[in-house]
Amino acid sequence: MNGEIRALLAKLGGLPVSIDTIDDNGDLYAAGLSSFASVQLMLGLEEAFDIEFPDHLLNRKSFASIAAIENTVKTILADREVA
Amino acid sequence: MDASATASEKNLKSRVNHVATVAAAYADEVDRDSRFPKEAVDAMKAERLLGIMIPEELGGEGLSISEIAELCSTLGQACASSAMIFAMHQIKTSSLVTHGNDADWHRNFMRRIAAEQLLLGSATTEAGIGGNLRNSICAIDAKDGRCFLEKDATVISYGVESDAILITSRSHKDAASSDQVMTVFLKDQYTIDKTHVWDTLGMRGTCSDGFMFRGEAPAEQVLPHPFAEIAAQSMLATAHLLWSSVWYGIALDAFTRAQNFVRAAARKAPGTQPPGLVQLAELSSQLQVIRSNIVGGLRSYEDACKDQDRLSSMGFAVAMNNVKIASSEMILPIINQAMRICGIMGYKNGTPYSLGRHLRDAHSAQLMISNDRILGNTSNMLLVHKQETSLLG
Repeated sequence: MNGEIRALLAKLGGLPVSIDTIDDNGDLYAAGLSSFASVQLMLGLEEAFDIEFPDHLLNRKSFASIAAIENTVKTILADREVA
Repeated sequence: MDASATASEKNLKSRVNHVATVAAAYADEVDRDSRFPKEAVDAMKAERLLGIMIPEELGGEGLSISEIAELCSTLGQACASSAMIFAMHQIKTSSLVTHGNDADWHRNFMRRIAAEQLLLGSATTEAGIGGNLRNSICAIDAKDGRCFLEKDATVISYGVESDAILITSRSHKDAASSDQVMTVFLKDQYTIDKTHVWDTLGMRGTCSDGFMFRGEAPAEQVLPHPFAEIAAQSMLATAHLLWSSVWYGIALDAFTRAQNFVRAAARKAPGTQPPGLVQLAELSSQLQVIRSNIVGGLRSYEDACKDQDRLSSMGFAVAMNNVKIASSEMILPIINQAMRICGIMGYKNGTPYSLGRHLRDAHSAQLMISNDRILGNTSNMLLVHKQETSLLG
């Protein structure tokens, strides 16, 4: 999953630096992730993982780092299995 | 400190009413000459209104956003420029109260604002960024405990009159354009050279000239949180709510003038229904919608303040943007309609029913903070954010 998220970030994140220079806990906003790009990234993640972000996870914290995104996606996938 | 004690014993309403009376007396002159409403701001200082949002333990009065919105609306009915200056000062204060409370320097600075009634200016826009305050070109340069900043600020509201300026920049010279910080510079720590003159249709007294800003200060004056957080968690919400309250004040005063006009006509011809009476009823309904919109927004903000996740969520950002869009769009038809009711007496300057200043000031609501830009941001979020389906939430 980490690799897929990185690939989506590289494609949609509009970051001024290479994704390889950002570690899993690196602050994506400090790296240049704009609010426009973060929405594009969310749409990409929804498509790639066949999920839908619930409103309570649409906040800055969910997308602050690659690890946070991974965590958010896993939470949604887990909730879906329970439901 | 005695002055502060005496002031806080006085009823808040009578304090703001005093400022509003002073502001109203000079409003036409301030507008005509495009000059800073010094008398009104001096009155705000005398009534100790500039430190009113600062927590009590730091010498302020810890007023809530709703209480401050009420003051903005009262002042908006008297002089929109004075009200806007008051609102902008409070928006800057909210950044300190929310994001500077854990830093010694900023806590001391808040004490000084309350004690000395310092006026805070703002420099968030810059040549070359196209008005998007979440992007900076200039970068702060911190070394050996000092920080330096040079910014081509296209607008610094009442820049000449400010006692301190809160200014955004990139966080360091290699930072991405959205990786920003906000820094407090005190008046004796910067120079500003005027580059643009504020000669506008309305809000003329805010004197939002453009300046080349050059500052040097101890590095601890940089606010210890990313500007992205400051913008999302305090600035955008307080700005939309307090500006909207100012605009509501303008519309309310236009309505009041129209109502006075109709009442005067009714007194002259008792027993007949004066022209404009039905239109007045329509206006009353529209005014109520704006008011409910702002009050609903204030409640949402106060609820969200208890929950950091909610505060930085998309749903909240969409809601606050919508408050601003609706209030700024709805006031112009109200003022237009009020002018139809007052007729030539509203169109002419210098009558008790004059509405030219209201109409010009109110146009700023859509333009000074571009609705098209805000709608663009909201529409982006609506690609993933879903509309609330319950009435009460």
